Amino acid sequence: MSDSTTSPTTDNGHGLRSYLTGFKLALILTAIPFVLVATKDLTSLPASAILVVIAVAAVLQILVHLRYFLHLDLSATPRENMMALVFAAILIFIMVGGSFWIMFDLHRRMSI
Amino acid sequence: MFGKLTIDALPFYSWVAMGGALVTVGGVLAVTFAVTWFGWWRYLWSEWLTSVDHKRIGVMYIVLALVMLLRGFVDAIMMRAQQAIALNSEGYLPPGHFDQIFSSHGTIMIFFMAMPFLTGLINIVVPQQIGARDVAFPFMNSVSLWLTAAGAALVMVSLVIGKFSTAGWSGYPPYSGVQYNPGVGVDYWLWALLISGIGTTLAGINFTVTIFKLRAPGMNLMRMPLFTWTALCSSILMTFAFPALTVVCALLWLDRTFGMHFFTNDSGGNMMNYANLFWIWGHPEVYILILPAFGIFSEVVATFSAKRLFGYTSLVYATASIAVLSFTVWLHHFFTMGASPNVNAFFGIATMIIAVPTGVKVFDWLLTMYRGRITFHPSMMWTLGFIVTFVIGGMTGVLLALPPVNYMVHNTTFLVAHFHNMLIPGALFGYFAGYMYWFPKAFGFTLDERWGARSFWCWLIGFYLAFMPLYILGLMGMPRRLEHYNVALWQPYLIVAALGALLILLGIVCQGVQLVVSIRQRQERLDLTGDPWNGRTLEWLTSSPPPPYNFALLPIVREIDAFEDMKKRGVAYQKPPRYHDIHIPRNTDTGVAVGAFAFLLGFAVVWQIWWLVIAAAVALWAVIIARSFEDDTEYRLPADEVQEIERQHRQAMAGALRRPDVDAPVPSNQPLPEGLA
Repeated sequence: MSDSTTSPTTDNGHGLRSYLTGFKLALILTAIPFVLVATKDLTSLPASAILVVIAVAAVLQILVHLRYFLHLDLSATPRENMMALVFAAILIFIMVGGSFWIMFDLHRRMSI
Repeated sequence: MFGKLTIDALPFYSWVAMGGALVTVGGVLAVTFAVTWFGWWRYLWSEWLTSVDHKRIGVMYIVLALVMLLRGFVDAIMMRAQQAIALNSEGYLPPGHFDQIFSSHGTIMIFFMAMPFLTGLINIVVPQQIGARDVAFPFMNSVSLWLTAAGAALVMVSLVIGKFSTAGWSGYPPYSGVQYNPGVGVDYWLWALLISGIGTTLAGINFTVTIFKLRAPGMNLMRMPLFTWTALCSSILMTFAFPALTVVCALLWLDRTFGMHFFTNDSGGNMMNYANLFWIWGHPEVYILILPAFGIFSEVVATFSAKRLFGYTSLVYATASIAVLSFTVWLHHFFTMGASPNVNAFFGIATMIIAVPTGVKVFDWLLTMYRGRITFHPSMMWTLGFIVTFVIGGMTGVLLALPPVNYMVHNTTFLVAHFHNMLIPGALFGYFAGYMYWFPKAFGFTLDERWGARSFWCWLIGFYLAFMPLYILGLMGMPRRLEHYNVALWQPYLIVAALGALLILLGIVCQGVQLVVSIRQRQERLDLTGDPWNGRTLEWLTSSPPPPYNFALLPIVREIDAFEDMKKRGVAYQKPPRYHDIHIPRNTDTGVAVGAFAFLLGFAVVWQIWWLVIAAAVALWAVIIARSFEDDTEYRLPADEVQEIERQHRQAMAGALRRPDVDAPVPSNQPLPEGLA
């Protein structure tokens, strides 16, 4: 719709290689939780440890997507992208933190 | 072969349900027949259904909203009729059917009336207000529309095939779980929300990017019209809040279909986490609905007071702080869950704080009118009705924010009265104001003002009659969603409420008459200038209806009320030295296909027809992949044609008669005389 043409993403050094790296990392980070759960009878890891590993893998997964698929990183990010990331981080903190607060509070009151 | 779908899915269980099904099928057949009879299919398909023009997509969104408004209103008046007569009797609706009706009323009014209405208005207006030629992603816009329509179609189909949810519009487990609700109703509800919710998330992303990236030169953030500001905040809320709804619906569906235990009573499930996640979306949703209406009121009040908006900066900050605060209050929807005092106190106080920026806005609107030259156009009347009524709803809201009071009146009609008091004047009156304000922009002729005013008075008085009794009933202890009751004291109030609903029906009839009358008189009502109300923002610079490219030359913005400023400087209608070729996105049927396959997918999942689920999912994926290989998605409108369109517009403008009641702009290159500004 505009007069200017948008530059294809390949011009910015985001070639096939970076997408494939991202894809591999994403696969590995997906496989880890599945393997842990599937082999939990063999490894006899405590459930809480598995939950923590799954959570960490999930957060890393988000970072991999941001870095390799959305091409966001801290060095060359324009200010407005940074603002958007900070805003998203605050909202995630409110939503996730709030949920934890509410649900653990409820849990304590239920188990008394 | 057909999963759970058998002949028993047809609604033979009650005459009323049968009637609803017949009306739905009859309506679809009548429309199909009419379009075929008049031979409109080709025009409809190539010019509208496959369109990626933001203005046409906006119009289609609003048509969807108005159709669903009728459906939702029929639900409402059926409930009012039932409660008016159901003292010590069964009334005319069996309990299971009554439950479907209150569930579909809420679902439809929120997701398929209010959401499409505001998305439609944003679509029509925002690109023009920021001086852009389209939204950032025109094709995605079409996908959003058709996903929303697919969700609406699922709700409508549930009238004919199977039953709708009986779990209320918020669908709390464990009642909405498979153990207590083994039928397809909740699945219809879930998939209508899942599909349309994805459409809304995409729409939110689209508008956010549009507003951040496509503003005309010179329009920095603090020069954006207030409707654009509220649309921006609302879109950001959509983008961040709707994924929570998608997740919670998907989890509940996994619980129901694959026996998982996210929200079940047993095996480690926690049903209160459903309430938690649902309202993480649900509270921002309230502001998604209401912020754009605040924006409309701001535009309307400035235009029809012929004054600059009072306190523009404070309105922007109020909007932004409401948007952020809306994420910090969700627990007030389930105070009675029994959280500890600290949690309740935090969310109670946060809820009270959010009333402060809203109060700021009310004062700003009042002070805009102060010493203004007010024109009592219907849009202005909706605004005035809103201000008075909304303040009442706001006060009951602050009351409900107190956890002890909340415990007393939760689940009563007091709550029902409160949120209708917020959403009908707050959101719906705003959309109606916007509909009557921007109608000439979308269609090129104005709406009849007398019928508009009649409709306003019916709606306003009907609203008070319908909902003030519910406040009283709530304080008397009447629970919401009652199919019948045995307290004789309640009945007079419920009869008054039913009369209020009848008056609102009259208001809707007036709106229908207004539309018919205006269409029949359209030749006398033509808006040739493109600026029928002496507007202040850029959407009034284009012709009515605007050409596909909106602006032949992108406007340059120097002030908050950019168009007003241009008129004052006498440069609003300056002829550019030369025109350029303009690239315009081609219409595509991919959006319709995505919607159709999404509908099929939803329907198949609801009835567990697994082969059709796979087929529809593959088809959905295939059309999107196919679209991504298409390179020729734009066409070039040559400069000559642009020049011809612009010349015709100028000619029409020169011949325009000035309306005596509005200070219309002088259609020439001359600056406005001082007395008119």
